[in-house]
Amino acid sequence: MRRGGRVPAAAYIMKKFGMSSFLQDMINFLPALMKGIQLTLIVTVGSIIFSTVLGLIWAIMRLSSNRALSLTSATIVNILRAIPILVQLFYIYFVMPELGLALTALQAAIIGLGIAYSSYQAEDFRAGIEAVDHGQTEAAQSIGMSRGLMMRRVILPQAIKIILPSYGNTMIMMLKDSSLASTITVAELSLQGKLIASSTFKNTAVFTTVALLYLVMCLPLMGLSRWLEKRMGRRR
Amino acid sequence: MAMIEFQDVHKSFGALEVLKGIDATVGKAEVVCIIGPSGSGKSTMLRCVNGLEDYQKGRVLVEGQVVDRNQKSIREVRMEVAMVFQRFNLFPHRTVLENVIEGPVYVKGENRASATERGRALLERVGLAAKADNHPQQLSGGQQQRVAIARALAMQPRAILFDEPTSALDPELVGEVLSVMRDLAKEGMTMLIVTHEIAFAREVADRVLFIDGGIIVEQGPPSEVLVRPNHPRTQDFLHRVLHPID
Repeated sequence: MRRGGRVPAAAYIMKKFGMSSFLQDMINFLPALMKGIQLTLIVTVGSIIFSTVLGLIWAIMRLSSNRALSLTSATIVNILRAIPILVQLFYIYFVMPELGLALTALQAAIIGLGIAYSSYQAEDFRAGIEAVDHGQTEAAQSIGMSRGLMMRRVILPQAIKIILPSYGNTMIMMLKDSSLASTITVAELSLQGKLIASSTFKNTAVFTTVALLYLVMCLPLMGLSRWLEKRMGRRR
Repeated sequence: MAMIEFQDVHKSFGALEVLKGIDATVGKAEVVCIIGPSGSGKSTMLRCVNGLEDYQKGRVLVEGQVVDRNQKSIREVRMEVAMVFQRFNLFPHRTVLENVIEGPVYVKGENRASATERGRALLERVGLAAKADNHPQQLSGGQQQRVAIARALAMQPRAILFDEPTSALDPELVGEVLSVMRDLAKEGMTMLIVTHEIAFAREVADRVLFIDGGIIVEQGPPSEVLVRPNHPRTQDFLHRVLHPID
């Protein structure tokens, strides 16, 4: 390694501390970080489900022939998109109690991220639903389907194929943005890491581990969305 | 009582008036063909019957019941009056058999086993029993349209609307669809058909409506309207359709 030049962090560490002690640190921190992972997964899964349901409601309202519903949905989605997720989280966790609705940090994180992401989900869903051939709507109507039945049996199954790539992307973003929950005291992976780092001063070992853990959690999501796309695509 | 009745029906798309007072009836077991130049309003007229389009003035009646696409009753009308589209509009995510039984099972709440049995019989009837488990995109256009007709029949409708059912087909596939339609007509199905197939209309129709510029210019039995048309616009149209390269 040349002196004075920039060397990769890992190589520098290995040289300074020795490879084995770095790895040993990482392994030592794992059990504590696992607790964080558990919360990260709860926040992620919870907010994905919540944002999906809410996003679907916004999208269907938006596409309704009822002007009031459609306008309400458009307004909500635009407001949500214009406010930083962090501010929305603060609002739900710090302001809501003053209005008489006290939530635990975990609840606030799931609901806050769910609401914030529902706006992005809604736009993706709407685009997907609108991309389904209009002839499908007419065919469904012509056999007497109600709007709800048509959505469930004809439009949504076809829209899903169109939505899936962006949905996979959103899932990955939500996994990473679950770290925002740390700002309202949810001890998920990134906050857990920060706590360990500040008590051990082993920043590099801790945050390298944290980063790798996020990567490891993302990989199955990436694989899942690719697999779903392939599987769904085959029947098209 | 007429199966389908138009009473002074007016319809506009914005400032463009496409139907300017349509009066017509389709009796029970009658086969009526609507012919006319493109943009004349024939498809719009057809689509008013099952409420795929609304209309601003007049009335469309199905078995005496007013068709209003903004009322709940429209679903009953649609269950009574099936439709076959120019571009088939089969459900691509379902198999041929599933397409056929979708309406009976999910709209009418028919028992799946009996719907399946009936569905297979209908596919047999349109000559596609062997394709029951295929997806629509694995079929030719003519086959897809025959599935669409089976799907319409599965609703056990009182009448069927055909919106240019052979216009999207390669010429060699037109015959198989027309032959299924001919059989239906023989069995006494009430049919309202928008078509450019003059020879088919002449053979199968009880009555022909010639529509141009949003009004019915001439109507009567095909032996008159298609063979000895009175109106110069009908004569001109038929000449252009029958002798396109003159």
